[in-house]
Amino acid sequence: MLTIKNLHASITGKEILKGINLQINKGEVHAIMGPNGSGKSTLSEVLAGNPSFEVTKGSATFEGRDLLEMLPEERSCLGLFLSFQYPVEIPGVSMINFMRTAINEHRKRKKQEPLSAGDFLKFMREKQAVVEMDKSLVNRSVNEGFSGGEKKRNEIFQMAMLEPRLAILDETDSGLDIDALRIVANGVNKLKTPDNATIVITHYQRLLDYIKPDIVHVLYEGQIVKTGGPDLALELEEKGYDWLK
Amino acid sequence: MSENSTDILDELTNKDYEYGFVTDIHTEFIPKGINENVIRLISRKKNEPEWLLDFRLQAYRHWTTLKMPEWAYLNIPPIDYQDIIYYAAPQTRKDSRNLSEEVLNTFDKLGIPLHERRIPSGIAVDAVMDSVSVATTFREPLAEKGIIFCSFGEAVRNHPDLVKKYLGSVVSYRDNFFAALNSAVFSDGSFVYIPKGVRCPMELSTYFRINAMNTGQFERTLIVADDESYVSYLEGCTAPMRDENQLHAAIVEIIVLERAEVKYSTVQNWYPGDSNGKGGIYNFVTKRAWCKGESSKISWTQVETGSAITWKYPSCILSGNRSSGEFYSVAVTNNYQQADTGTKMIHIGKNTKSRIVSKGISAGKSQNSYRGLVKIASEADNARNHSQCDSLLLSDTCGAHTFPYMDIHNDTGIVEHEATTSKISEDQLFYCNQRGIPTEEAIGLIVNGYAKEVLNKLPMEFAVEAQKLLQISLEGSVG
Repeated sequence: MLTIKNLHASITGKEILKGINLQINKGEVHAIMGPNGSGKSTLSEVLAGNPSFEVTKGSATFEGRDLLEMLPEERSCLGLFLSFQYPVEIPGVSMINFMRTAINEHRKRKKQEPLSAGDFLKFMREKQAVVEMDKSLVNRSVNEGFSGGEKKRNEIFQMAMLEPRLAILDETDSGLDIDALRIVANGVNKLKTPDNATIVITHYQRLLDYIKPDIVHVLYEGQIVKTGGPDLALELEEKGYDWLK
Repeated sequence: MSENSTDILDELTNKDYEYGFVTDIHTEFIPKGINENVIRLISRKKNEPEWLLDFRLQAYRHWTTLKMPEWAYLNIPPIDYQDIIYYAAPQTRKDSRNLSEEVLNTFDKLGIPLHERRIPSGIAVDAVMDSVSVATTFREPLAEKGIIFCSFGEAVRNHPDLVKKYLGSVVSYRDNFFAALNSAVFSDGSFVYIPKGVRCPMELSTYFRINAMNTGQFERTLIVADDESYVSYLEGCTAPMRDENQLHAAIVEIIVLERAEVKYSTVQNWYPGDSNGKGGIYNFVTKRAWCKGESSKISWTQVETGSAITWKYPSCILSGNRSSGEFYSVAVTNNYQQADTGTKMIHIGKNTKSRIVSKGISAGKSQNSYRGLVKIASEADNARNHSQCDSLLLSDTCGAHTFPYMDIHNDTGIVEHEATTSKISEDQLFYCNQRGIPTEEAIGLIVNGYAKEVLNKLPMEFAVEAQKLLQISLEGSVG
């Protein structure tokens, strides 16, 4: 599904990713762990196509296409979803309007008719239930005045709406209390199918108690320095990152 | 801004103005320039009574003593008032059944059908081309209710007492330079009278079209809402693309009597000039409503996307006790456009209320200013005002400015002012992109969200139109 080879990327001239290699197949859950500043968020932003980052070397193919050639919106419509670590507020644009625009852009690229207002609302209600999202949130402006937990829940709600092939969850657990964490993780698990894949980026083992990874990678100074099974996460929890240096 | 959004902003600078065509129609002109003889000639062409000629001449004499105002945050090149044609009349008969094909086609192309049976929803239109009103629709059904909706010229002929009573009562020719000029040379415009207790059953609208070269458009609108009446009035405007600047100096006067309500909406889309700032309309307009009656109400809503230079302050004189004034504005400037626009809320009656919501959107190298006055007179007990002025910047080369003035002479008044300035951030655009929304649509979504509070005040048909206009003037068309 996703093949990354020797990926290098920098921001304002500073190299952050220094040769990432990663293979993700459908049905898999990968966890990427690592200390602060190791390049975890950069990797997710680069895969989503954030224009602030410059890819200097390497390749990434997604669903058989050159990912790095595509505009961010094309990547989205091809099924790549990023749950942001810090979701941005967009004042004046209601969640409903935002989601409807997004869904219809996805449909347009698939040469499908736009969803009718009725069908859209029905679909939205189903997906709200997945993350137990408060109904009133969709009438508010995108993320505006949302609590930290509401923002993260809103990200997973959007993921449910867009039904991605590959979801990248960038520190979705940060800022969540234990109940919110469980709800968000349950949401992610419910959305899991044998055909899609998930990358979970996190500092802590805690989230991985709820979302069970098949493969765990350790990112350190812009490179994947270790790959293992679920046990690796436990080992990191116990020993920290220092022993990897 | 990211490269992507810069591209789009570049693209919109190259976006063609959709209404820039010229109609080839036989037009009667008078010679260029302004003097007393020209004014007598205009008055004679319109078969006006002596009192109106006197009004014009007084205004003209006063105008010659005035200088163009210079206090606005605008860079206005010198205007040669002797190089303007003050009267241009397309040759057509004033009867919608016998309108010339050219006129019908012109307004059809502008999306304003003048055949009554083809107008889907109830909107009555007065169509003004250059100096004359060429058609007014739905006059008979309105007349049944006693509503007068006709061109200004007809009103002078058929309802001289009403015109005489109210003309210049809200905007005196002494008011300012452009008001004096308009009072001297005004050509046509619309007249509306809503009788006591009548709720106007349809939207009334005037569509202004400049067609002829080198001419100015100086129309006058006079609306009188008698006791306990209601009317919603719309105004739209376009002009051909030309390298020369053209002057539009209009006056709108509104009189609102006891417990009456007037809603006045404008979608202003005069030709803004090209991407290098060449050509475009100078839109120097004086609009004012007088809430004379108790508990009367006026609401101005404007969406300003056109004109090279805009100088416009739709204002409210709140002299009736418990009267209220509202001003909702979205002003968009792009390329080299300049706008200095806002309102004046003059509280004179007791328990008067006013509300100002101004949303400026600046792109390109444009300058966009809000200028507003809230005045509370000494006798205006318990007056209330709330002002909100927001600016949205879409480029690093544009300017947004706010000039709020307050002049308070009564301690019981409550005046609040809020202001914000924001930019569409790269993070917001990337967030939209990541959800599948291309940058152009994302800008449209954010701009419309930002302007929503004002757009919601427009009548339905107009709101859709205005939304599209915002997208076009800021984004360029897709594909």
